[in-house]
Amino acid sequence: MTKEEADNGRDDMVIDVPGQANAVPDGFNANYLRIYYGKLFPHADMFKWMSYGNDGKHPGCDKSYFGRREFSFTLENDIYIRFQSFNSVTELENSIKEKCPFKIDIGPVYSVDPAKRHAYAQSGNNVFTPVERELVFDIDISDYDDVRYCCTGADVCLECWPLMTIAIKVIDTSLRDDFGFNHILWVYSGRRGVHCWVCDGKARRLTNEQRAAIADYFHVYKGNENSQKKISLPGLVLHPFLARSYTEVLKGFFEAKLLPNQNLLASEERYEKILEMIPDASVASELRRRWQENKRASMSKDDINIVRWEQLKSILQSGKQKMQGLRRCVEEIVFSYTYPRLDMEVSRHMNHLLKAPFCVHPKTGRVCVPIDPNNCDEFDPTTVPTLSQLLEELNRGGLRQDAENEWDRTSLGESVAFFRTSFLQPLLKSCKEEIENSYNAKLQQSKNDLSW
Amino acid sequence: MEVFQSHRKSSSNNVIVSILPFYRSAPPLEVRLEDFEFFAMDRLRVLKGISDGLCRGKKPEEMEKLVVDLWKANMRHPQAVEEVNKDIISHFVLRLVYCRTEELRKWFLSMETTLFRHRFRLESSEAQRALMSEFKLPYKAVSNAEFESVKDKLGQVARSMGQNLAAADAIFYKVPFEEVPDLVSGRRVFIHKGHAYVAMNQVVSLVVTQFRSYISKALILTNRKWTSTIREQEKDRLTPIVEALCTSYLGPDYSQPQEFGEISIKDIDQVAKTSFPLCMRHLFEKVKEDHHLKHGGRMQLGLFLKGVGLKLDDALAFWKAEFAPKVSAERFDKEYAYNIRHNYGREGKRTDYTPYSCQKIISVTPGIGDHHGCPYRHFSEENLRAALVRMGLSSRAVEDVMDKVHNRHYQLACTLTFEAVHGSSCDAGINHPNQYFIDSQRVLQSKNGSVA
Repeated sequence: MTKEEADNGRDDMVIDVPGQANAVPDGFNANYLRIYYGKLFPHADMFKWMSYGNDGKHPGCDKSYFGRREFSFTLENDIYIRFQSFNSVTELENSIKEKCPFKIDIGPVYSVDPAKRHAYAQSGNNVFTPVERELVFDIDISDYDDVRYCCTGADVCLECWPLMTIAIKVIDTSLRDDFGFNHILWVYSGRRGVHCWVCDGKARRLTNEQRAAIADYFHVYKGNENSQKKISLPGLVLHPFLARSYTEVLKGFFEAKLLPNQNLLASEERYEKILEMIPDASVASELRRRWQENKRASMSKDDINIVRWEQLKSILQSGKQKMQGLRRCVEEIVFSYTYPRLDMEVSRHMNHLLKAPFCVHPKTGRVCVPIDPNNCDEFDPTTVPTLSQLLEELNRGGLRQDAENEWDRTSLGESVAFFRTSFLQPLLKSCKEEIENSYNAKLQQSKNDLSW
Repeated sequence: MEVFQSHRKSSSNNVIVSILPFYRSAPPLEVRLEDFEFFAMDRLRVLKGISDGLCRGKKPEEMEKLVVDLWKANMRHPQAVEEVNKDIISHFVLRLVYCRTEELRKWFLSMETTLFRHRFRLESSEAQRALMSEFKLPYKAVSNAEFESVKDKLGQVARSMGQNLAAADAIFYKVPFEEVPDLVSGRRVFIHKGHAYVAMNQVVSLVVTQFRSYISKALILTNRKWTSTIREQEKDRLTPIVEALCTSYLGPDYSQPQEFGEISIKDIDQVAKTSFPLCMRHLFEKVKEDHHLKHGGRMQLGLFLKGVGLKLDDALAFWKAEFAPKVSAERFDKEYAYNIRHNYGREGKRTDYTPYSCQKIISVTPGIGDHHGCPYRHFSEENLRAALVRMGLSSRAVEDVMDKVHNRHYQLACTLTFEAVHGSSCDAGINHPNQYFIDSQRVLQSKNGSVA
């Protein structure tokens, strides 16, 4: 985050007195949060998720598992407390309701309960160490500021949000098809990006080195304002992963949406950025000449960006171009504008803390809701429920006691339902199977060992 | 002693020669005390040579030749048995030397793995297959039917690396992707549903990963034994040798600022202009310009300043003042002060972090919005030239420096810059930014008789 926003100073809102109109003024504060954590935050579901099937019902369950997970809370006044751990859903829920954290982060599962870590730190044998942690990714739209002209920094609109959508598509497909992962949760970060939680057992047990390898596999966009070329695609053809991403997602999006919407070739300032990426100066000058001449005349009704892009492609991809480096130039341009820009550091280490889903973002008031990767085109960050909106919906709902869960009376219901059916239930089913299989295998092993 | 020693090749037997040990257990040999030290020093020369080669960004083919030359120069013996013994003994002695801290272990592991990798590659493919079965790697060769179904994708991967899928390479191994992180990392394999299709010539990676993981565990065990028994038992005999071996080769780590004691804030601007190496100058300029630095930059510059002699209180004041236009004092105290104190060993596990060496800085991958790393490696040519001119280099000097950069001799480039800026030679070469600083101050002091 290179451009921190100044605090909005929204902390002085007062909640409505019950009995008055249902309207709840916009805001984010401890009073609102208290109600949110009291009635809406899905404590039980989070607990079930984090337990990964270790609910004690099967003899193979590890009862210590949930208690070894680190949570961290950021309280009002930016007080930050790490190494929080809980032994039951009740402890988790009570602590959240009592402390009312402005942000909850989830860390790894350690070898021992984090609360007891000091007892182990002395031995120097790394006995207090992370043993399991989801494979996570963090994509932030402010990392794309050099390719979007509609917004900068923390702002997001429907013109540039699709960059996040295609990032989800590329990464999600690869995680499933290439790496064989199944239990993947995508979450809106609340303001300007998305998080990804890969929860398969195999993923949770990856070492730091393996995580770094996966991050590097996805690492195509390299560089910053100091380096020149951010994307380099040498080789005669693209690796199948890159080729698939290009043909199935990136090319279409770039040509049909990004190019015309962001007017990438319409003005000199913008087309120069693309011309800079062409290693052959004579080709670049030829295009420059054509476009400078063409500034006011418009030959056809087609969008000028699309016309110019076709010109660029036809020169670069014509059989006449023998120069090395030109071969993949078109793909390099498309990749540099559209390929996912991941925060590498987030994914590499097991001990990286990441914000929990269903938290509320302090600056926008929006809830960090799950995103369906199969329908991510439909996701609209500007209509995600906000804290005040949810409280208002609760008020309107009246005194109905029959609803089992409060969130069903609000827009949050949809998100929780999705979380359960698409993610949590399949995950828990798979975890149970894993626990059973592992337990049976151990039984078999000890039977074998007993035979003299 | 479990040395894997295949039968000798002779015209009559027609069997393979391979003398590549896996260092599975300490040799029950008797070693003379002088050999204990000398064997280790010879091996250390090999490892240090490898370290230098990696620093200079040598390509794999160059590294291979380097390893051959280093081994021939330091470890060869006319009698194969003697050579193997020296190989094994020297390895185990160095384990004692390099097991003692995390940083030492990391270095040793990295160099030994690189050494092993290249030695393994040099073996014939029959020898490699034999070694693989020795390691008991349970990977199945891909059946013909399956090969046909993925042949296209395998061909794509090969061509993306500038190779061809020869018929001879039709032997592929299907292994879980977790086992070949470096192949995954470089997108050098086709992955599908969690399995990587590894070509015969990439099999090296499989074996190396096993080797690396084994040595890594062994080092931890060695450390435990060292701390609990060996060090005390051998305090009159081996321990002094072991401890001397370590410090004599790693050079000073600049964790305790030596000659210049303290630098205060008011001095920084001035010494930045005269005595900072380019990497730190760039970071320093950026923090003044942007009033912010991302984490990587804060670490690199912050630790450097600590090594230069900036006290904790001054460091806190410096960063706070520089960030002030973007970060309020309260926010600074909450979000940044902790990390600075952490760097000085006042928080958390109280590690006193050491400033980064050139090797470390060159090897990082700066991402979007980052300014750390080594400018000689990470800057585009244009940006680097401009930066050198700003440092006051003549165009002749710039050309000399760029020549080193094109040959990927980044530290030599920095050394030339030092010489050009100070008008005096630097024979030892630059290995550490703090060394640059100290040498610079020395030169200036001898010229002016005072700290410049």
